[in-house]
Order: sequence, then C-alpha cells, then structure tokens
Amino acid sequence: MDMLEILLSASFWTAAIRIASPLIFATLGELICERAGILNLGIEGIMVAGAFAGWMAVYSGTGLWMGVAVAMAVGMLFGLVHSLLTVPFGLSQHVVGLGVTLLATSLTYYAYRLALPEVTSPPKIDAFQPFEIPLLSDIPLIGPALFSQTPLTYLAFLSVGVVTLVLYRTPLGLALRAAGENPSAVAAQGLSVTGIRMGAVIVGSGFMAVGGAFLTMSAFDSFFFEMVNGRGWICIALVVFGAWKPGKALLGAILFAAFDALQIRVQQTPLGTDIPYQVFLMTPYILSILALIVMSRRAEVPAALMVPFNKGER
Amino acid sequence: MKNAKAAQVVLRLDSITKRFGKLVANDAISLSLQQGEVIALLGENGAGKTTLMNILFGQYTADEGTVEVFGDALPPGNPRAALDAGVGMVHQHFTLADNMTVLENVTLGTQGLLSLRQDRAAARAKLAQLATDFGLQVHPDAKVGSLTVGERQRVEILKALYRDARILILDEPTAVLTPQETDDLFATLRKAVKLGLSVVFISHKLHEVMAISDRVLILRHGRLVAERPIAEVTKETLASLMVGSEVKAPTVAPGQPGKTLMRLHEVSTPDRGSAPGLKRVSLSLRAGQVIGLAGVSGNGQGALADLVGGLIGPATGRLELDEAHLNTWSPREAVHAGIARIPEDRHKTGTIAEFDLTENAILEAYNQPPYSRSGWMNWRRAEAFTREVIDTYDVRCPGPATRIRLLSGGNMQKLILGRVLEANPRIILANQPVRGLDIGAVNYVHSQLLAARDRGAAVLLISEDLDEIMALSDVIHVISEGRLSPGFARGTKTPAELGVWMAGHGFEPETADAS
Amino acid sequence: MRLEPVANPSIWRTTVPPAIAIGSTVVVASLLAMAAGANPFSVLGLILKGAFGSKFALLETLNRATPLIFTGLSVAVAFRARLWNIGAEAQLYAGALITVVLGTGMLQWGAFALLPALAIASMLAGALVLLVPALLKVRFGVDEVVTTLLFNFIFLLFISMLLEGPLKDPMGMGWPKSERLIAEARLPRIVDGLRLHWGFGLALIAAALVWVIERRTTLGYEMRAVGLNREAAGFAGIPVNRVLIKTALLAGGLAALAGFSEVAGLKGNLTLDLSPGFGYTGIIVAMLALLNPLAVVAAALFVAGIFVGADSMSRAASVPSYLADIMLATALLLMVLAILLTRFRVVRE
Repeated sequence: MDMLEILLSASFWTAAIRIASPLIFATLGELICERAGILNLGIEGIMVAGAFAGWMAVYSGTGLWMGVAVAMAVGMLFGLVHSLLTVPFGLSQHVVGLGVTLLATSLTYYAYRLALPEVTSPPKIDAFQPFEIPLLSDIPLIGPALFSQTPLTYLAFLSVGVVTLVLYRTPLGLALRAAGENPSAVAAQGLSVTGIRMGAVIVGSGFMAVGGAFLTMSAFDSFFFEMVNGRGWICIALVVFGAWKPGKALLGAILFAAFDALQIRVQQTPLGTDIPYQVFLMTPYILSILALIVMSRRAEVPAALMVPFNKGER
Repeated sequence: MKNAKAAQVVLRLDSITKRFGKLVANDAISLSLQQGEVIALLGENGAGKTTLMNILFGQYTADEGTVEVFGDALPPGNPRAALDAGVGMVHQHFTLADNMTVLENVTLGTQGLLSLRQDRAAARAKLAQLATDFGLQVHPDAKVGSLTVGERQRVEILKALYRDARILILDEPTAVLTPQETDDLFATLRKAVKLGLSVVFISHKLHEVMAISDRVLILRHGRLVAERPIAEVTKETLASLMVGSEVKAPTVAPGQPGKTLMRLHEVSTPDRGSAPGLKRVSLSLRAGQVIGLAGVSGNGQGALADLVGGLIGPATGRLELDEAHLNTWSPREAVHAGIARIPEDRHKTGTIAEFDLTENAILEAYNQPPYSRSGWMNWRRAEAFTREVIDTYDVRCPGPATRIRLLSGGNMQKLILGRVLEANPRIILANQPVRGLDIGAVNYVHSQLLAARDRGAAVLLISEDLDEIMALSDVIHVISEGRLSPGFARGTKTPAELGVWMAGHGFEPETADAS
Repeated sequence: MRLEPVANPSIWRTTVPPAIAIGSTVVVASLLAMAAGANPFSVLGLILKGAFGSKFALLETLNRATPLIFTGLSVAVAFRARLWNIGAEAQLYAGALITVVLGTGMLQWGAFALLPALAIASMLAGALVLLVPALLKVRFGVDEVVTTLLFNFIFLLFISMLLEGPLKDPMGMGWPKSERLIAEARLPRIVDGLRLHWGFGLALIAAALVWVIERRTTLGYEMRAVGLNREAAGFAGIPVNRVLIKTALLAGGLAALAGFSEVAGLKGNLTLDLSPGFGYTGIIVAMLALLNPLAVVAAALFVAGIFVGADSMSRAASVPSYLADIMLATALLLMVLAILLTRFRVVRE
C-alpha cells in the first residue's frame, strides 16, 4: 500500500520525469549515432564535458540558454574527434569511444581544477527553474509531472518529436538510416557516407552533452566529479531497449527513471531501512542489464552498426 | 524520333588507365556508346570490366583518361555527377538496404538532404509510372529484405530509372537470375532502348551477350582486345577472343560410381531470412561421382552446403554416413568423417586474412596430432605440412610465414584445396570453387576435383554457373526454393530443360498442374 | 579519401606515425601545461624525474605498474579474441575481495600454502565475474561492452555494501574498510629493504605465461583465430563459444590478480579506493602494447611512469595531475590511428 501511495503521488512522477530528462537527451544522441552505423562509447565522457561546460559558461556570466549552446558545442567538438577517427579511418569504435570518454573526462577535470583551483565545494549557479504551463499543469497527476518542469525538460520531449520527424519524414533522415543499414546503398546514390556518418556522430554528441548539462543546469545547480556516474552507459542500454526508435527510447527512459525515483522513495520506507542502500543504488544498473537481456532476441539492430565503410574497397 | 539522332554518341571513354599498385586494371581503354544501342563488355573475371564501370560511375578515379557523357566531360571521382548526367548503374552486388522499403530505397538521395520534407505521393506516382512503362512490377511498401533476388534487381533498375537515367550500366546482371528471369530482364532492356535509353551490359556469358547486344567489346587482362558488331561474331570466336586461344578446358571422362557414402533422407532445415532452408531433400553422394547442384543463388544451396559441411543439422529427416544415422553433427565431426569442405567465400569463411599460410593450412586439423599434442602446438610440423601443400599445389607465395591476405584469390584457393585434399577426403564439398578465379586457376581447381573423384571421392559441386555444372557433373540435381530435383545423368538434359527446373517447375507438389 | 593496404611497409612507414603520435602527445601536454601557467619544459622534466629520476621514484613506478600489467594482460587476452571486456575493474575488486575474505584469518595456513591459495582463489573469483557477461553474450547475444561496464558499478556498490556490513573492520573508526590480512597472507618484498613486493614478479611471470599460451598452445591458436575471424573459425570447427568462455575465464582471472597483488602486496586491507581505475587504464596499456603480452609490461611501465610522474609534478608545479589522464587518452587515440597508418596508405580520390 506504501508502494501504491508512492505511485499515485504527483511528486513521484515529477521526479521521474526530471530524472528521465538527461537520459532522453543522451539516449537520443546515441540513437542518432547508432542509426547512422556508429556506436559512440564517448557518451559518458561527453556528458561529463557537457555538464561542466554548460555550468561553467553560466558561472562565468552567460545566460542559461547560451550555456546550453556552449555545452552542445563542446559535445560536438568531441563528436568531431570521435567521428574523424571512426568514420574516414574506420578505427575500432570500442577503443575510440572509450578513449574519447577518457579524454573528455580528464580534460574536464583538468579544466575544472584550473578554473577553480582553491575551492572545496563548487559554486552554485541560478539554474533553470520549473515553468508551469498554464491550464495543462492543473491536470491532476499528469499536470505536475509533465507540465511543471524546467524548460530543458520540455526541450527534451520536443527533441524526441523533432528527431522522429527528421528520421522518418525527411530525405536527410532517410539517408542517415540508410547509412546505418547499408552504406554502399548511400554511396551508390551519390551521397557521402563519410559526411552523413560524421554529421550524425557530431550532432548526436551535441545531444549527449546537453543531457550532461541538464544535470548541472536543471536537476542540480552545481558541478561535481562523478556526477554523470554511468548514466551514459545506461543510455546505451536504453537505445537497445528502445529498439533504436526515438519514441520507444523515450518510454524506456521514463520507465527507467520511474524505477529510479521509486527506489529513492522506497529507501525512506521501513522496508528501505532493512536493506543496505547500495542495493537500491544498484538497481538502475541491474535493470539496464535485464533490459538488454530481454531485448536481445529482437533483430532490429541497424544492419551496418559498427561496420566501417571504405569507399571503393576491393 | 530515332532517325537522325540515332548516331548520337551518348557516352565516350577516352584512353582510361587505372592501376592498383603494380596491377594495371585498365590499360588505355577507349569506347563509345550511341543512343539506343546495347553494347556488351565481355571478359573473364579480373579482366577489368567492373573497374572500368566504377571509373565511369565515379567510384574510382582513373589515373589517366577522360569520360564524356552527352558531350560533356564528367568530373572524376564523383558518383553524384555521373548520376546527374544521366548514368545509372545496376551493381553486381545490390546496393539496397534490406530493412527499408522499396520506395525508400528508390528515393534515397534523390532530394536535397536539407529539404524539409519528402513528397511521397509524387514519388509513389512516378515509381508506379516507371513500373508500368518498363514492366518492372514491385510493391513500393515492401521491405527489400522480403523480396526475391529477381525483384531486388528490378528495384535496382527502378532506382536508376527514377533518377531519369539515360544510360544504364548493368554489371553481371544475370548472375543471380534464372534463365526465365533473364528473358524478362532482356525484355525490359529492349523496352528501355525503345524509349531512347542506351545500355552497357557487362557479362562473361557468351550466349547472353549474343542475345541482347548490338556490339561487343572484349577485355582481357585490362586491355580492350577486340570490338565487333554482334552480327559478325559467333560464340566460338568470342570465346577465343575472351580467353586467348591457348587455354583448353580439361576433357571430362565419366566417373565410375561406387557405393553411397552419404545419404540425405527427406531432410528439412529452417529458412534463413529471405533464403529458404531445405524442403524434404533426399540426396545420395556416391563414391567416384561428381554430383552437380545447379540453381539460382539463394535457393537453398547455402543450407545444403552447411548441412553437408557440418554447420547445421537436419531439423527433420535423416542424415546418414556410411549407412549409419548421424545423431550429432558439427564442423569438427564433418572433418573427422573425411569431408573436405571448400567454402563459398574463401575470404570470409575459408581463411583468416591476418593469419599466415601455416596457421591457415592447419585451420581444420590444428587440434590433432601431429600439430597439437596435449594442448601444445607443434609449429615445426605445421610448417612442414604447409611447405608440402605449397609445393604440391603450386601455391605462389613468398613462403609459409606470409599473411594469406597478400595472396591472389587463385593461390588462396589452392591453399584451401591443399588443406582439405591432403587429408585424403572421401567426400568433397566444393561450393563455388572457381568463383572469381582466372581461367588457369579454374582449370587447375577442376582437374584437382576430377582427380579426387577418380581416386574414389564423392564430389558435391555447387555452382551458379550452369556451364560449369554441365561440364563436370556425372549427375545433376537442380535446387529451387529449397526443393531438390531428381538426379539427371550426364547429358540427359539441355540447359533449357534444367532452366525450367531452376525456375521452380516440375517439383513434386506441382507435377499435376505443370503444363 | 580511401584507405589502401600496404603490402610491404617500409621502415619509415612503420616507425614515423607512432613517433609522431608520441610527439603530438607531448605537444598536447605542453600546451595544457602552458594553459595552467607553467613552463612546459619544467613540467615534462618534473614528470620524468618523478617517474624515473630516483630509486624511490622508480620503485614507486614499478609498484604502480604491477596492477596495470595484470589488467593490461587481462584486456589484451580478451581483446585478442575480440571479447570486449571493459570490466577489469570489477574483476580486480573480486580478487581483492576474496583475498581479504580468506586472508584475514579464515585460513590459518603458512605463507607457502596460503599465498598460492589466495592467488588461485582470486583468479577463480575474477573469472566468475567475467563469466556472467560472457555467458550473456554467448547465450543471448547481449553486447559485453555495456554489461561489463555496468558490472563495474554494480560490483563496486556490492563491495561498498560489504565494507559497511559483514567485512567492516570493527577497529576501523567507522571507515568502510576491511580488517588487515594476517602476516602469512602478505606478499614479501623481492629484495629486503626495497619497497617492491613479489606481486611485480608475479606480473612478469604472468606476462610470459600469457605469451606462451597465445603462441604455443592450442587454446592460444583458437583464441587468436576466433578474434581475427569468427566465421572462418567456426567453419573450421573451432568451438567459438567455448573459446570465448575460456578466454573470459583467463581474462577475468588475470584482472583479479591485480586485486590480489594490491591487497596482499601493498595495502594489506580492502578499501573502496583500492583501484584508481586500474581496470580502465588496463585498456590503454593493452592497446599501447598492441595486445602483445610482453609489450604489456613495457606499456604498463610507461603508463605507470606518467601517473607517478604527474602526481609528483603536480605537487611541485601548479598543474593538476589530471594531465596524466589527458596524455594517456591522447596517446591512446593517436596511437591507434598511427598503427593504422603503418598498414594502410591514405589515397585521395
């Protein structure tokens, strides 16, 4: 009955949507990369870099939206590094991805130490505040959950729609999906596989960075080491869970976030005091692995995922 | 409208030269194509046909020479420019995304990438119109992966036509078609020519070249060696021009059939994507015989090869070896049972590119003495074996420590032959054993297979090349949609009769209504 | 552009790109040092001196290299068979865990029996940890990259739970740490008076053994074949899945030895900061060594040197020690590119 009470409370769903938001951005970003045929394991580091860049920009005096743009630009820069190595040179996407994660993370921490050498606790910024959409936010349960969030959350949901439209309703999306299914089909039609794949990785990385920035600019108002804490890897699982479709990935992210919000609340119930808190912290990772196992039988993987394309190969 | 303009040159290649390292793939080749004309580019595998067309299409850049389309020079290395100039290419290996629909495949790249929406209704209408005009019916919303090979080729042609191609290049288009589907394709090409298109037809099949083209150009070792109006040549003159006159195919004496070594009884296997599995197939492999398996690719040959090679077992039915029923079946057991397996794709399944010759030579026997004893490798013995194979089978290479990816296809195949034949196999599974080889290597492989047969081995020869099957086989079976025809003894069926079976007629459930 | 394989690469082609990669890494580090307001030459000098400049520094580097040799070998073995084990971190903690469980008094044996027993138990524990993702890959086709990554988080939380629960040292003033190992469970020093324990010797032996396994045994042949071309290996009759499982067991065991050696040789007990990412750094070590087990030793020394040197440098100059991680990430990315360019030439179209 405790459980039911939690599930029917508006604050629970508000929290779930908030927890889902960074996952939505980053999952979309990974999905764009993978739909074009590139696995981007740089996601974890790019989220760290985005979290820091956006927050740092705002801390140094830019506006909040400018901060988001800065985060995105930084993410795209790392996307450029990743895609240069994995697309024209066709290097191992595993190794390059992990290398980019390490590079982005260490550069971020280095920059943080340089920018704030003496501080013990990081400064706060004026983060995005919830914006209640008139009328809609008055709907019981759904209202507070969906319509009294910060603008970045609205942007996350909007992005899902835009990415869906682009992927399925425009020539660009068609070419991008084809690059992930059979790059030689793209090349035979006179399009540049390299260009499309690099573009996808760069834009996708931008999304990942915004996902990171959500943490420092909307969910919290400060930057901590380890704050991304494996969210990037979880997003990779969410892409698989969502069968490489933006809509399903969105549902997956919300479902996942709901579980996360639930475990936080169950920790505070009598049940929670008997069980070590680490068990609760483990659940997101265990859920991700379970999701992967459940979804593994489906054959919706882009056919050319992780297959490099070398023009005119003989 | 075809009168005055008939002589207009739509395409001109001027002394095209292309080198890959030391290999000269195209040596100063010039040709021209006139409007409404079908020219055939004839040559063996490796003669340079595909390279030349890839240059024309902008996928390679020529080292020397120019390409002109409708009088304008094409910028090199730009497929887009070729497409825009009206050149459409139907590739040998389809360039289609299986997981996407016909309409999506056809419209891919036809609109500016940054335009905001696709006009699907207009695209659908144009596709329907083209389908009617050229007799190329396919369902626009079908996933390409669900189509037959013949239908996929229609999509490839539609792709070119959708982009308003005026010049169609078809690279070995009939390799994947039944004789009947080939006729349909030719009908489409004749319609296209009537509508003012011009066609370059690339092939190594003489009778098809004779049937469809107005003029034939013959390539050999990267050079244009002859150019003739089709009226002035015969198949025989073409054949000698194509291979040079020095090569003779081995003459084949009939085999002496012995006892049955392997028997399939009513074996079925599951379908694999668009490729059918076996459907209640019964087959006997007898010692001293070449059993040829004819059929259009993708009709269950893969399943049969995998079954005999130990990669899959029967889902239903019985598989017998020496009259004994097999309960378990794996590649390793197949090797132990004395089955020599020559795989279809020597690069992907036959060898490991980054391994040297020695490591590749023992790939099937690596865990057996003398190469391995209680878990330890004996590389000395492995190398000795490799040297023996290199000598006996004339593998041209710097030595056993060479990485096999540096070898030519023919030498790679010789190493595989040596690997499997040195074990004195009782059954030989030869799946497309000469695909992509030059004529010398082809004859060598064939003579080795026949020699093994004469030593008492049963040879199962799988090939898409009906001529090869008919030349070598003592018994021919045809496979279609996973069903196997009865065995036809050497010389009892004409190619046309086999073609009927290849198209799927004559099989048991249909016997009643086959006319 | 297009890549074309080079059949017989010249000496220049095989040496110049890697040299440029290393050079560029140094340039990147210098630029970052300048960004921190330091003199790049003195920063690089301090790193070198801090890593190799004194007996103390050298021993520190060797100590730091020890776990990296183990995790590097683990990754090299797994990657060789194209099993993407990113979970050496979890396997390391598994080894450390079993070492403190058995070595804090449960087994009252002499050192000659206890130490081998602990090493073997560690290897089994690590093998078990990687067995799960390997089975998931083989049975369900679940990508092992993500599962091994997620396992790292799960396992660290598991350790944290134990350290605050059953394994907690009652005398630990409330800190989450285990009791100390008994004296018989401690790895002795190689030379009396020098702060270098036998874990380093064990690491060298492990590297040699892995080399022998890869080159001289049937299993090694199978692992290489499976890694280079799974389809051809399966066609030839190599039991691909079984080989992957065996590879996982070996790789997991090797990574776990890092945990054993750190606890038994250096720390004496288990804490949550036992490994500053040795598992992840193992990937860099293995890649820089081109997956060659003997080269892993050299690569581990190089990587450890950069870490130790950067630590000591950051104490002297106002440059954050994260410079080391940046240098390694840069070296990794540029090195994989350089290795590619030793084998392929870029052709302009």
